[in-house]
Amino acid sequence: MRKIAIAVSLSIFIGFLIATAFLIHPFGYPPSEMDDYIIENTQSETGANNAVTAVIFDYRGFDTLGEATILFTAVTGVVMLFRAKKKREK
Amino acid sequence: MMSKIVRTMASFLILFVLIYGLYIIMHGHSTPGGGFQGGAVVASGVALLIVAFGSHSIHRSLLERRLSILISIGLLIFIGLAFGGMAKTFFYNFLVGSPIFGHIPPSGPNPGEMSSGGVIPIMDIGVGLNVAGGLSAILLVMALATTVMEVEE
Amino acid sequence: MTQGIPFNVPFLAVAALIGIAFYIIVSQRNLIKLVMGLSILASGVNLFLITLGYREGGVAPIYTHAPAGIMVLPVPQALTLTSIVIAVACLALMLSMVVHIYRHTGSTDSEKSRIMKG
Repeated sequence: MRKIAIAVSLSIFIGFLIATAFLIHPFGYPPSEMDDYIIENTQSETGANNAVTAVIFDYRGFDTLGEATILFTAVTGVVMLFRAKKKREK
Repeated sequence: MMSKIVRTMASFLILFVLIYGLYIIMHGHSTPGGGFQGGAVVASGVALLIVAFGSHSIHRSLLERRLSILISIGLLIFIGLAFGGMAKTFFYNFLVGSPIFGHIPPSGPNPGEMSSGGVIPIMDIGVGLNVAGGLSAILLVMALATTVMEVEE
Repeated sequence: MTQGIPFNVPFLAVAALIGIAFYIIVSQRNLIKLVMGLSILASGVNLFLITLGYREGGVAPIYTHAPAGIMVLPVPQALTLTSIVIAVACLALMLSMVVHIYRHTGSTDSEKSRIMKG
């Protein structure tokens, strides 16, 4: 029963994925209004030559803030998990 | 703890790995690279040291407490610079156009021109410290924990 | 269409990766294999973002020594960079939790260990 449910739901899901792969824009020609603006104005607005770094730290700084917070939380979690184990051994 | 050849080569190579990582962090605004990539390279240098010397002898000089200080300093630099542009908006690049760091390069390909992206290099340093310290702490703690488990069994 | 690569093959590769990852996640019971499935899922998402931003004949969006021509989209590359670091951090957290579950219950089977039942 469980295997049948897994097979049915997975085949529906993968069917959607493959259909999306054919219905999406052709590979190599993406819609790009926002990115064209960023490529045009990176140097005059941020003074940086690297558009990717300009996007990370300037246009989308909130993403990087969240990412740094996630990394901090993960490090705190890993250190906490293994430190508790070490104390119990002694 | 590996053999003596590996240890000698690791202590020789770690200099180049660290300098390469710092180069990638510092030149993130004008060449391929940035804080994340350079931090990952530095953390891979720490991984090389852990593999060569064993996690216990590394842990004698590289405590995760000091690495967490590194992470906190990086985050504070990042958030402080984000609040620095608070006069306009959060994450406003307030150094572009100022007389010190504000030189705006001419548009288009410009080799030889100094492109200082305002707050972007300083944020690179902060995020580089954050990622390098974080990944090094993760590697060190997990290597230590698994070594303890091997000794138990 | 592109000359070298017909029929959106990179998107099909993305679909294959994500499909394999979901198959692993719903069918396996070993926690290590579940973590492997989540890692493959993260790789699929990274590949999807990179293929989404590719432009035919584009160069990297860095102006310092850029050859003449169009550039690929910078925003998906930035999101991929963020995604890679998040995937590594979450992978470390998941693996350390698996190590703890193994030490407490003596097995990595998600149905044998009592605390994972539900």
